[in-house]
Amino acid sequence: MKKVLKPIVTLLGILVAFTSCNNDSKSNAGALSSSAAEKVYVKPGDHDEFYAFISGGFSGQLSVYGLPSGRLFKVIPVFSQDAEKAWGYNEETKPMLNTSHGFIPWDDAHHPDISQTNGEIDGRWVFINGNNTPRIAKIDLSTFETTEIIEVPNSAGNHSSSFVTENTEYVVAGTRFSIPIPQKDMPIKDYKGNFKGALTFISVEPEHGHMDIKFQLIMPGFDYDLSHPGRGKSHGWFFFTTYNSEEANTLLEVNASQNDKDFIAAVNWKKIEEYVNNGGGTMMPSKYAHNVYDESTHSATSTIKEEVLTVNPLDVPGAVYLLPTPKSPHGCDVDPSGEYIVGNGKLSANLTVHSFTKMLDAIENKKFAGDAYGIPIINFEDVLAGVVEQPGLGPLHTEFDGKGNAYTTFFISSEVVKWKLETWEVVDRQPCYYSVGHLMIPGGNSQKPWGKYVLAMNKITKDRYLPTGPEVTQSAQLYDISGDKMELLLDFPTIGEPHYAAGCPADLIKPRSKKIFKLEENNHPYATKSEADTKVVRDGNTVHVYMTMIRSHFSPDNIEGIKVGDEVYFHVTNLEQDYDVPHGVSMIGANTSELLIMPGQTETFKWEPKQVGVWPFYCTDFCSALHQEMQGYVRVSAANANTPLRWSLGEDIE
Amino acid sequence: MKKSNIIMLLAAILPLGLFLFPLWRITLEAPQYPTPLAMNIHINDFSDVHPHDIKNINLMNHYVGMKYIPDAIPEFKIFPLGIIITTVIGLIIAFKGNYKWFLFWFILMIVLSSAGLYDFYIWEHDYGHNLDPKAIMKFTNPDGSIMGFQPPLFGTKDILNFTAHSYPRLGALFLGLGIAASFIAYLTGKKNHKTV
Repeated sequence: MKKVLKPIVTLLGILVAFTSCNNDSKSNAGALSSSAAEKVYVKPGDHDEFYAFISGGFSGQLSVYGLPSGRLFKVIPVFSQDAEKAWGYNEETKPMLNTSHGFIPWDDAHHPDISQTNGEIDGRWVFINGNNTPRIAKIDLSTFETTEIIEVPNSAGNHSSSFVTENTEYVVAGTRFSIPIPQKDMPIKDYKGNFKGALTFISVEPEHGHMDIKFQLIMPGFDYDLSHPGRGKSHGWFFFTTYNSEEANTLLEVNASQNDKDFIAAVNWKKIEEYVNNGGGTMMPSKYAHNVYDESTHSATSTIKEEVLTVNPLDVPGAVYLLPTPKSPHGCDVDPSGEYIVGNGKLSANLTVHSFTKMLDAIENKKFAGDAYGIPIINFEDVLAGVVEQPGLGPLHTEFDGKGNAYTTFFISSEVVKWKLETWEVVDRQPCYYSVGHLMIPGGNSQKPWGKYVLAMNKITKDRYLPTGPEVTQSAQLYDISGDKMELLLDFPTIGEPHYAAGCPADLIKPRSKKIFKLEENNHPYATKSEADTKVVRDGNTVHVYMTMIRSHFSPDNIEGIKVGDEVYFHVTNLEQDYDVPHGVSMIGANTSELLIMPGQTETFKWEPKQVGVWPFYCTDFCSALHQEMQGYVRVSAANANTPLRWSLGEDIE
Repeated sequence: MKKSNIIMLLAAILPLGLFLFPLWRITLEAPQYPTPLAMNIHINDFSDVHPHDIKNINLMNHYVGMKYIPDAIPEFKIFPLGIIITTVIGLIIAFKGNYKWFLFWFILMIVLSSAGLYDFYIWEHDYGHNLDPKAIMKFTNPDGSIMGFQPPLFGTKDILNFTAHSYPRLGALFLGLGIAASFIAYLTGKKNHKTV
């Protein structure tokens, strides 16, 4: 027995020695513990702790980064065409970019927000707004693909969105620009009293996330800037900041900055929902597109809807109140408890914080200072919870760490300022490089923030990186906020403008990420599920090529009988059923992009050959050792030729 | 019923576990496959360990000219029949026979299992050596002969960028236990016979 025990004891001794060695290296790292590099280092093969979904701003897309490393994993095409993934180029996704104004292959993507259940991030979908041609998109986080885009009618400059309520009951879209509702030809100078602002509540079906406009609240003609849902005790309310309560229509930088106070509009959406469910509201004709991508047909459909349900706030007494807030407030941020509503008056020297409890009390006791177009204005002093005195210049946005601290960005003084809720004292500040807009704490827009990091998103970088001509990158900066003092760990370049971001622990999303599409579940009308089924079919001068791809060939790879003037549709199915084996295909002279087709998926591109010849096509995604051999030819004959339609693989065309 | 006959009864029934559990597993590891490719061999079927493994093994193997793993082989008909017949014989012996017959069944099973393993080896050898002459990649051994890609019958072997493992699974354990039990039944029976 002793003979057996001895080596085991020795082995254990060695193991303990090694383990404690590791511990030593950590505890000895006194000097290293402040090493920023070590804190953001994710060693090869390891995964980041958080996903960050950072909007691409004017790029129209959504990027996926890892935190704390700041590594870019993917750019998800949303509102803009993306040749890399054929988004908006292939026949399947073109309908996604359809609007009531026709095909619009670009937008200005601003605020991503992750779906929630019971006030906590659930990692199922990300919503993001298109600011320019008002739209809300939904991205499915099992495929990291945009699966739904709904246009918002009666809106312009869809800025105060896309934030979700705590069970993802609604995603909101608030108009930045007030406009005539319905649109009409009228003098711009008659803006005041005639233009209106629409706040749109889009319901989200809990199982599949299907979106539908439930109602539009037609508000006075202010500019609606940002918004946040109530949560916890204030669940059922939504808060929108406004500027231009002056209702100016020209030189707004002066004319919309006159009032000492603008408003936060507090909307009791539960009350309006009840009103609408009981048959309230008015149907108004208005056209908007609703585009849905179906994972089983790998195709999108676009439907133009004809009317929308509108609600006049005066018809639902007690549903909307205005909270005076100095001065042109921008960010509108609700703390995790739902009690405090922070209005970042961007022209104000102080930060204003309202109290939800005081608001309810003021409403109950009718402590009103008047009304705007019949909507009650609550007395400023009666709703005010506190003021953060002179924290910096140009406050924009606030997020919370869930431990009683708030972090506010200051655009003009380029810094993040940490302050305490309830005592309203500033406790720390860190500079940004430079001109910070939004900031993000993972889970920030929920009852449960993961207060480990804050990500600042900066508009200007100047000398921070290698120059790239007049256009230099914008950037994000990561701060460790786990200690008393914030610590700058990392800055990294971003795509487009990193307008806002949403983040959550990787473990919420990682296990649900799809690896392949099952071939047997592919219901694309032009899918080809085996090489034996490949074919080329002519219908007049339209030709449909039913093609398959697998390592390392296309089937068919020789096609003859195509003529100049034909419309050729390549319907290409990837027969692979292995993770991370997409194939690409491109055709010389096609006025579109390549296709990038995932295992089990079918995609289509259109080719109109204009010249006689024998033209090659090839795989564009390095797929295997014989990727370079993955190619084929199409013979194009003259329009009046009688070359028979034939195709083959592995033998000459007979 | 005598103790030895009860053990023999158990011995005859145990190999039926082959109809519930896989007999063997071949696993292929490579850097590009963080989740290794693997197939189970049952008494009457090949099966994927993870979805689409066999399809993906075929895709890899076609580069060196190996045939696709067939949907069915004749053994899938013969082996189940063999197990059912030997179990029936075992049951008859357990109820009627004396310990000498237990030894007969034990030897019968050893012979049949060895024949099965040999057949499996022949199949693997053909699968690994009978390559398409138009194979995309051709590899030779240091002695100049054409390299084969036969997975090991038992154990672990490096084949190009893959490490192949070939080991028995639960079904084989049931078979082995059954055979071993028949020998124990024989020994128990023999001991009882002597004492009586």
